[in-house]
Amino acid sequence: MNNLLKAEGLSVINVGLKRFADDVISQGKEAVKIDWKPLANGRKDILDALDKVDGIKEKVAKANKEVIDRIKKSKPFLEDIDLAINVIEGMEKNLILHAGPYITWDKMCGPMKGAIIGAVLFEGLAASESEAVKLIEGGNIKFAPCHEYNAVGPMAGVLSASMPVHIIHDREYDRYSYCSVNEGLGKVLRFGAYSDEVLARLSYLKNEFMPVMKKAIKESGGIDIKLITAQALQMGDECHNRNKAATSLFYKQISLYIVKTESDFEKVQKALAFIAGNDHYFLNLSMPACKIMLKAGENIEYSTIVNVMARNGVEFGIKVCGLDSKDWYTGASNYIKGLYFPGYSEEDACPDIGDSAITETMGIGGFAMGGAPAIVQFVGGSTDDAIATSKRMYSITTDLNAAYSLPVLNFKGSALGIDIIKVIENDTLPVINTGIAHKEAGVGQIGAGIVNPPMECFYNALLAYVKRYNL
Amino acid sequence: MVNKEIIIRKNAYFDSVTLMSISADIKGLDGVIDSVVSMATPMNKELLKRVNLFSDEVDKCDEYDLVIAFSHDETITKEAILDYLDNALNGQNENAAGEKTDVVYKSIKAAKKDNDNANMAIISVPGEHAKREVMEALKQGLNVMLFSDNVTLEDEIELKKYAVEHELLVMGPDCGTAYINGTGLCFANRVNDGVIGIAGASGTGMQELMVLVDKYGGGISNAIGVGGRDLREEVGGLMMMEALKMLNADEKTRVILMVSKVPAQSVSEKLLKLIKSDINKPVVIYYATDMTFSNEENIYYAKSLKEAAITAVNISKNIYSDVEELDAFERKNIQGKYIRGLYCGGTLCAEAYYFLRNHINDVRSNIASHDEEKVKDAFVNEGNMLLDMGDDLFTQGRPHPMIDPTLRLDRIMECATDKETKVILLDFELGYGSHEDPVGATIDTILKAHKAAEEIGKTLIFVTYVQGTGKDFQNKFQSEKLLKEAGCIVCESNIDAVVKAYEMIG
Repeated sequence: MNNLLKAEGLSVINVGLKRFADDVISQGKEAVKIDWKPLANGRKDILDALDKVDGIKEKVAKANKEVIDRIKKSKPFLEDIDLAINVIEGMEKNLILHAGPYITWDKMCGPMKGAIIGAVLFEGLAASESEAVKLIEGGNIKFAPCHEYNAVGPMAGVLSASMPVHIIHDREYDRYSYCSVNEGLGKVLRFGAYSDEVLARLSYLKNEFMPVMKKAIKESGGIDIKLITAQALQMGDECHNRNKAATSLFYKQISLYIVKTESDFEKVQKALAFIAGNDHYFLNLSMPACKIMLKAGENIEYSTIVNVMARNGVEFGIKVCGLDSKDWYTGASNYIKGLYFPGYSEEDACPDIGDSAITETMGIGGFAMGGAPAIVQFVGGSTDDAIATSKRMYSITTDLNAAYSLPVLNFKGSALGIDIIKVIENDTLPVINTGIAHKEAGVGQIGAGIVNPPMECFYNALLAYVKRYNL
Repeated sequence: MVNKEIIIRKNAYFDSVTLMSISADIKGLDGVIDSVVSMATPMNKELLKRVNLFSDEVDKCDEYDLVIAFSHDETITKEAILDYLDNALNGQNENAAGEKTDVVYKSIKAAKKDNDNANMAIISVPGEHAKREVMEALKQGLNVMLFSDNVTLEDEIELKKYAVEHELLVMGPDCGTAYINGTGLCFANRVNDGVIGIAGASGTGMQELMVLVDKYGGGISNAIGVGGRDLREEVGGLMMMEALKMLNADEKTRVILMVSKVPAQSVSEKLLKLIKSDINKPVVIYYATDMTFSNEENIYYAKSLKEAAITAVNISKNIYSDVEELDAFERKNIQGKYIRGLYCGGTLCAEAYYFLRNHINDVRSNIASHDEEKVKDAFVNEGNMLLDMGDDLFTQGRPHPMIDPTLRLDRIMECATDKETKVILLDFELGYGSHEDPVGATIDTILKAHKAAEEIGKTLIFVTYVQGTGKDFQNKFQSEKLLKEAGCIVCESNIDAVVKAYEMIG
């Protein structure tokens, strides 16, 4: 027998006309309002697919729990720094890795083209811009996403053979991920700049900085990136767009080892100044750490959790743990809503670009924005908005990550495990904090703000999921 | 017996303030003797030594390792303590993050997750999307008040069968009224609490019963709407039977009132059988029909909503006398001067129809059960006409006239200037869900109608009924006063208004 009338009272969830909820509230009872609109805009194929997945929900929940458990167990440590060609499996002299999903030269955005020209010059494959373009158009340079090589790169994410990469080792699953060294702000390769100044900095990183760092990192015995991230989240960073605290914590640890292992005072001074002078140094550690933690969830059958979100400035792509790890599900990159530096406007902006959305995939960045009040205005909102955004993310994720707890939410764990089903069912997209690149190569960052993936990615992944499991 | 546990989690950083408060919370659990949860800093190691929760393993830890140490007796298990701890570390325990106020929910699933005590979903989305939402609500263990219309009969049957299997209610589709555990849902009046439970397949019919029970000194325990089609052959009274059983089991309910438009023969038989076998409380039934039924033991049939309400109130007070009314009126044959009933309430319209078709000639309605009495064109006046203006015919793409009374205004003017209209019969519904001032929104049109009628040299009579109680937020007293000042006759119940209209004619 239905026990509704035995219940003490009535607590309502209202779907539709708000007046019905208001009337219940006016009678002193609880009513939660749902901001309803037709699910998946009424797309029949998506609705059918959701029903089919719902039919195996126990299996899905089990798989997703396994993914979360694995991700949580992962232990990312910075263990080394070396040239890409020496450590990245499959790296070649004429291969250039880039951010986001696959893209061909003719379709690339300005900053990515600029960065690739810079990389060709840096590798000595061409002597001038025109020569470089000719070489590329002649089909002599191969391109592939960083993610296909367990690497990640911010903005254009361009990585070539002779660039130094941070090497992150997952001590739980014994796997590696890679990321370049962050060059700082201003005219930098990741925004498509390839002037002499940019190339000179890259040479410094390769020839002077890397050897200093290599000795220091070795001496440290490995630096726990997860730990620094956890602490930085309690110090006002969200470890995507704000890395001040994390960079300081990293500096606090590495400086001692640099001093200890490098006798050339000038080199020590320069290396320390380089790290200290770039508040985003830690981004290029945060990203590969997130990458390797999320990789722990790869290839778990039936999981609907997203373990990659990345953009190439034209397309936004995701990967899903329960689907083939080679496959990308894409949609057009959105433009970023945010604040622009003086003199720039939306008209100058490049669509969303970079692998840095791996941080949001791991539940930090935009997902932890409530805990980074210092930048909420920069990304166009109030602290309350930022907290609300962080809270909203719990509706699209599978679990909480106690390791990354947010003081502003009473130390609640950050939202972990973006579930494509929940994204679609709740019509709520992940929120990404990101920098805005100028659409032309080499101008640099022109602002920062927040952006969402296109819903199309999640629809495409869902349809592929249904097909893969013959639902 | 004291059990001591020391658990180490390597490289698991937590803020020290968080850990201090969690340690204190765990220590507060029944059965826990002592507890220290902390990072293995040198200082904390000393502390652990002091409370005798130290080990060689702890000694080997560094400041990035989490030590969970506690002693407890047999009244609590190690697992229970660790569960509590993990929830606390996740910020999931009650004394931690209690925030749910400014979250915007996009799905029932997400809302239910944060509001575990929710037991009812009110669903009023467009009909084609309703099934999915209802099914989701049922899967989440919620009863459903389904206000939406345009839900197919097949979907209704599927949803109701699922609901019955899972001991849940689907009130609807097109269900306008319910009163559950002291709370009115959608269109509902504020009434006294009492012992009369209502199960109804009609919205305004249920409201009329609630209002009249209140008026005649009774009160309502619960009112369960089941949707207008529930008593059709295809649905077979699935929810009506559930509602009757629930009211029978409900301790607050002493008398059951059942209301519906005329049910399918097979369904009324099924209901009767159920009442006789399973229901041990008196049941008063009003079917909007002109079929007659004879009372049986504990089953009382009423010929009007008013009679049903009074009978139920009397039974609740142990008064078992017949309510005499309605039978004394002679049949009239009227030509050229007609009643035009412009109704917002469907069951009120039906009640009027079944009285008038037995007492005057030439009765027409869009809800007529006899084909020859169906209106030819609902937009053209004809004979003694009773229009349910909540019919889809009138509401396509517009709100129901109970929400938007202006829908009826043009028709009032048309009737006023039509030589054949003598009496205009109007209902006004008060209560939750309805327009905030339905009489106020109509009064100017009534005044204009009088003037327009005068100009063509005829007398126009308005007979009106304001359905509601003095407790409803719209102010029933003021509404009735306005109508009287505008020269309207104001009646005490719908059937009184119908009889008054009948008396005014000819």
